Amino acid sequence: MSDLMNRRDLLKLAGMGVAVFVSGTTVRAGGSAQKKDESFYFVQLSDTHWGFNGPNINPDSQGTLKKAVAAVNALDEQPDFVVFTGDLTQTTDDRKIRRDRMAEFRDIVSQLKIKTVRFMAGEHDASLDRGDAYQEFFGDLHYTFDHNGVHFIVLDNVSDPMAAVGEKQLQWLQADLQQMKHDSRIVVLTHRPLFDLAPDWDWATRDGAAVIDTLMPLPNVTVLYGHIHQEHHHMTGHIAHHAAKSLMWALPEPGSVPKKAQIPWNAAAPYKGLGFRNVEAEVAQAQYEIEEFSISRG
Amino acid sequence: MRNDEQVIRISASTFEYKPSEITVKRGVPVTLELMSQDRHHGFKLSAFQLRADIQPGVVEKVRFVPDKIGKFTFLCDVFCGDGHEDMSATLTVIE
Repeated sequence: MSDLMNRRDLLKLAGMGVAVFVSGTTVRAGGSAQKKDESFYFVQLSDTHWGFNGPNINPDSQGTLKKAVAAVNALDEQPDFVVFTGDLTQTTDDRKIRRDRMAEFRDIVSQLKIKTVRFMAGEHDASLDRGDAYQEFFGDLHYTFDHNGVHFIVLDNVSDPMAAVGEKQLQWLQADLQQMKHDSRIVVLTHRPLFDLAPDWDWATRDGAAVIDTLMPLPNVTVLYGHIHQEHHHMTGHIAHHAAKSLMWALPEPGSVPKKAQIPWNAAAPYKGLGFRNVEAEVAQAQYEIEEFSISRG
Repeated sequence: MRNDEQVIRISASTFEYKPSEITVKRGVPVTLELMSQDRHHGFKLSAFQLRADIQPGVVEKVRFVPDKIGKFTFLCDVFCGDGHEDMSATLTVIE
């Protein structure tokens, strides 16, 4: 891990919600040797907004995603899989352009060395057509998968333009959780925050409280999401919620300005606020180490 | 309807409300008549805990009595396209 490029500070989050900030040196549970049976890592990329065009916001809108793919491919240790947490493409009313963008996005990310890639929709991908185009290209809007003892649940809070999970999906989630052991390691992947981070900025899920209530009985749940275009960490009880940066533009901190607006490009600090993250799952301890990466300039 | 009730028609379309600035008096009942020109939009006025869905062809009426003065934002809370995040307007309540 010490040879990973563009290494930044390491944030270690314990399963019971205690955050320990560790900077500088490599930290890996059990020493330098990776214990395959106990830990694995994956990469989260988010809000790539392929198709966006706004030179004042990102003059490299056609290159940032490709640079991120190259950066992931250049990691000394390849992840077990890659997950995209929504807003793969920039929204458009045009059905053909929407599909063209999804095809282009798919083709770009097919260059990842890792072929196990999990997708989810954002409101830009799915809100205008209830996810029809997204499903043509990327499959189900909500689903589960398991990896090395961790149960991943992909929740859709975007195909309803009113930003709700909906009763049917909530029942699906309840049925899925009933099959879990009490101490199962669960990671929820979703696009919008499930809690009320900033509702007037659309940073919430309309029935998110019901989702969190459903998850709360289980002690080992962590949520990874996107949508807000910045790193953010929050606890609801024992459940940790971690938002990821975007790969197109950054947004201000919640409530820091009267109106949410894209942060303009800074030529003196290109790609500032953009990036992706590694998530190392320490399965036995139900802990997740998150390491943020910026976009290299190459 | 009272003689002094303030009735204001608001048109919603991608991605604006018209008028974009509305002034009403505190303590006087207000009826907002909301209409969409194109697609499903939302109306959310958090300061007064009000929201509504605005559908094409349907006049949605929102009635309330503003009980505080100031400038308040209302916005679309139904994702409606590339520009949705700019869709907001201002309600000013005066004495």
